[in-house]
Amino acid sequence: MNPARSHSTMIRGLVAGIAGVMLILLAGRGADAQERPRYGGELVYVVPTEPASYDGHREGTFALIHPLAPVYSTLLRFDPTDRTGTKVVGDLAESWTIAKDGRTYTFKLRRGVKFHDGTDLTSKDVKASYDKIVNPPADVVSFRKGQYTAIEAIEAPDPTTVIFRLKWPAASLITALASPFNWIYKADILAKDMHWYETHVMGSGAFIFVEHVKGAYWAGKKNPNYWDKGKPYLDSYRALVVKDPNAQVAAVRAERAHAQFRGFTPAERDSIVQALGPKITVQESPWDCVLLVGMNHEKKPWDDKRARKALTLALDRYQGSQALSKIAVVKSVGGVQVPGTPFATPPAELEKLAGYSHDIAKSRAEARRLLKEAGIPDGFSFGLKNRNVPMPYAPVAIWLVDQWRQLGLQARHEFIESTKWEADLREGNYEVAVDTQCSYAVDPDLDLYKFQSMGISGNNYGRYVDKTLDDLYQKQSRSLDAEERKKWVRDFERRLLDEEAHYFYTLQWHRIIPHSAKMHGWTVTPSHFVNNQLDGVWLSE
Amino acid sequence: MTKYIVKRLLLMIPTLLGVAVLIFFLMRVVPGDIVELRFSGESAYASKENLDKERARLGLDKPVWQQFVGWMGGLVRLDFGTSMWTGAPITEEIRLRFALSLQLAIMATIVAIILAIPLGVIAALRQDTWIDYAVRVISIAGLAMPSFWLGIVFILGLLIIFKWLPPMVYTPFWTDPVQNLAQLIWPALAVGYRYSAVATRMTRSAMLEVLREDYIRTARAKGVWEKLILSRHALKNAMLPVLTVIALEFAFLIGGLVVTEQVFNLNGLGMLFVEAVGHRDYTLTQALVMLVAFVFIFVNFLVDLAYAWIDPRIRFR
Repeated sequence: MNPARSHSTMIRGLVAGIAGVMLILLAGRGADAQERPRYGGELVYVVPTEPASYDGHREGTFALIHPLAPVYSTLLRFDPTDRTGTKVVGDLAESWTIAKDGRTYTFKLRRGVKFHDGTDLTSKDVKASYDKIVNPPADVVSFRKGQYTAIEAIEAPDPTTVIFRLKWPAASLITALASPFNWIYKADILAKDMHWYETHVMGSGAFIFVEHVKGAYWAGKKNPNYWDKGKPYLDSYRALVVKDPNAQVAAVRAERAHAQFRGFTPAERDSIVQALGPKITVQESPWDCVLLVGMNHEKKPWDDKRARKALTLALDRYQGSQALSKIAVVKSVGGVQVPGTPFATPPAELEKLAGYSHDIAKSRAEARRLLKEAGIPDGFSFGLKNRNVPMPYAPVAIWLVDQWRQLGLQARHEFIESTKWEADLREGNYEVAVDTQCSYAVDPDLDLYKFQSMGISGNNYGRYVDKTLDDLYQKQSRSLDAEERKKWVRDFERRLLDEEAHYFYTLQWHRIIPHSAKMHGWTVTPSHFVNNQLDGVWLSE
Repeated sequence: MTKYIVKRLLLMIPTLLGVAVLIFFLMRVVPGDIVELRFSGESAYASKENLDKERARLGLDKPVWQQFVGWMGGLVRLDFGTSMWTGAPITEEIRLRFALSLQLAIMATIVAIILAIPLGVIAALRQDTWIDYAVRVISIAGLAMPSFWLGIVFILGLLIIFKWLPPMVYTPFWTDPVQNLAQLIWPALAVGYRYSAVATRMTRSAMLEVLREDYIRTARAKGVWEKLILSRHALKNAMLPVLTVIALEFAFLIGGLVVTEQVFNLNGLGMLFVEAVGHRDYTLTQALVMLVAFVFIFVNFLVDLAYAWIDPRIRFR
């Protein structure tokens, strides 16, 4: 080998090596810089509607959570990085322990947390807030009181300790305590006026409430004394009230808003992506909302489970998923829990349930047999009451009508105003109806509550009483062993959807969030109620 | 004249009273109630206990006649109460939106007048010429195109061509006139164009009628300057029906621009109206109906007074 050439090769190799290392370092630094949260800026997002009051304990709408969750703290919260939206972490609670019998939960609170008026947040405030939720005074409405029936007493033995004592073990208590609605209010204010928070805002969250101009916007600014030092990253946020769906799309498309956190349709997503290209990031997830089919058990032939089962057997959910997911906010085929979450039905078990087989010809043959047995003639006509909300109620109902027509059944689609639809369902003024279910978190207690017997559940519009189902609900609800609980959930599901076919699920909703690529630190979850505290969100420009 | 004004003002009372009775009972006939709506929210359990508590809080557990007496008592004292949905005073809910609705109505009216009167007059003067045909095409197009559709066209045009969207939050004119006009000029143009179409056709036909009157022929025979004939004699007399149309449209705009407000995301009375009805917010809906009824009656009253000023032949008794 020529020594000069060898030397030159060596130098070239060295230079290339150094350049390579530098490139790697620079690339690493670039990536690091890209991922390192940047401080400053105002996050602007769209909220499609407005709540009636400012009190999270008495409201049930995301329209309150989206603009005001950044202002409040909760005892526990859902991990903002968990895509399943089921992992619970502490918010005000630094740690907690559960007694062996599952009936005593002890929470240690973080020290140094302050309300926005500068006063300390202590266990007294947590107790007062939960007392209002669990045991409200006679003139106070607590929306989710029914979720806390297991709680016997709430104690605050010292400023940083809160103890929840239960009447019986409750598998969902931790999830229920992470409810995004359970904001911690100031005890002194509640002592003076239990209704104060209906019209005022004062929390301890990452942002301080600035103003709400009704019908226009909500504004909040950074809380410099937030307990989580270094957060929040944003200087402020502004939630614009934009009620028209086209105007919401236009707002994101014109970059007047970074996001809308509830969800867009596939067509809206495509229009935004087409207009903005790389300036948009799209996050999607199965949504913890579903359209159900309710059948009035007090009206013939829906008192006969053969007739009910035939309706679910007629549905080709897998084909429906392919077709409908292109035009509507529905996609996954699932059982009573959102696919991909801890208590979801494994595909092999799902296949065994009525209406979930991939062999649709076989299912429909079985449906015809059941209809014949039940004495339901070919061409039998019935009313399908539906809510006049286009997305996704209209396309799903049209799909249902078509699926049933293939069995020879004639469903008359009655597309009626929301209020009338709600009243008709509540009063049992319907034969078959499109019903709905949404929860603030994926959890069997929350998602199955509705299906318990009439009298226990306030929104069981099927109007049935099924003690076995109630018993199964209670068993899963009190089972602290996850595997055992799964078994009870599966038994409940089988009875609800197959053996008795009291109700049935169509397709899981699908949440589509196209947001500005400048927005970071936000993860989509199956619930549009969680992950709205914005403490970890930052803007890259 | 004073007697006439007092008489007309007093006549407003039974009209408003009739509206009050009608809207109160109509709202009670509509199916569904506010409490059911509140508790049909996502993630909520609609317990009977909660429904009853809320009904009692809103006074809906009382007999209808008691609710009616309470409502009428409040009306007499000009106390409209609080919104059943938000709990906020109704005057505050309306005040927040009234400025925007009023400004938009005024701007749209100005747009309509600027377009309608010159076009209507020119069309009448050049009857059956290409100018007349062009004006008629423009005005028929205005009638055929709903203002919300034109609004959508404006928004899409601005978005696609200029990558720009009007501001989404209302800024009062006195705070920032540029921002204010940047938001409201587009809906004002969309609404004003449709509004002008009606007024253009009315101006044209009224002018044609007046131009054939004896006194116009007399003025021309006397050699009065044509421009003077048109402005002092023809246009002034032709304005009577045009004024009525403009005034009624103006009153309609105060609470009737529901879809246009939605398209442009305007926080106006039209949207508030639809939400109040949708929520079955009885108190707010009743108050808004009363407000709109009052605006209609009052504007009509002003038009009647204006008749006397425009046409001295009209005398009030």
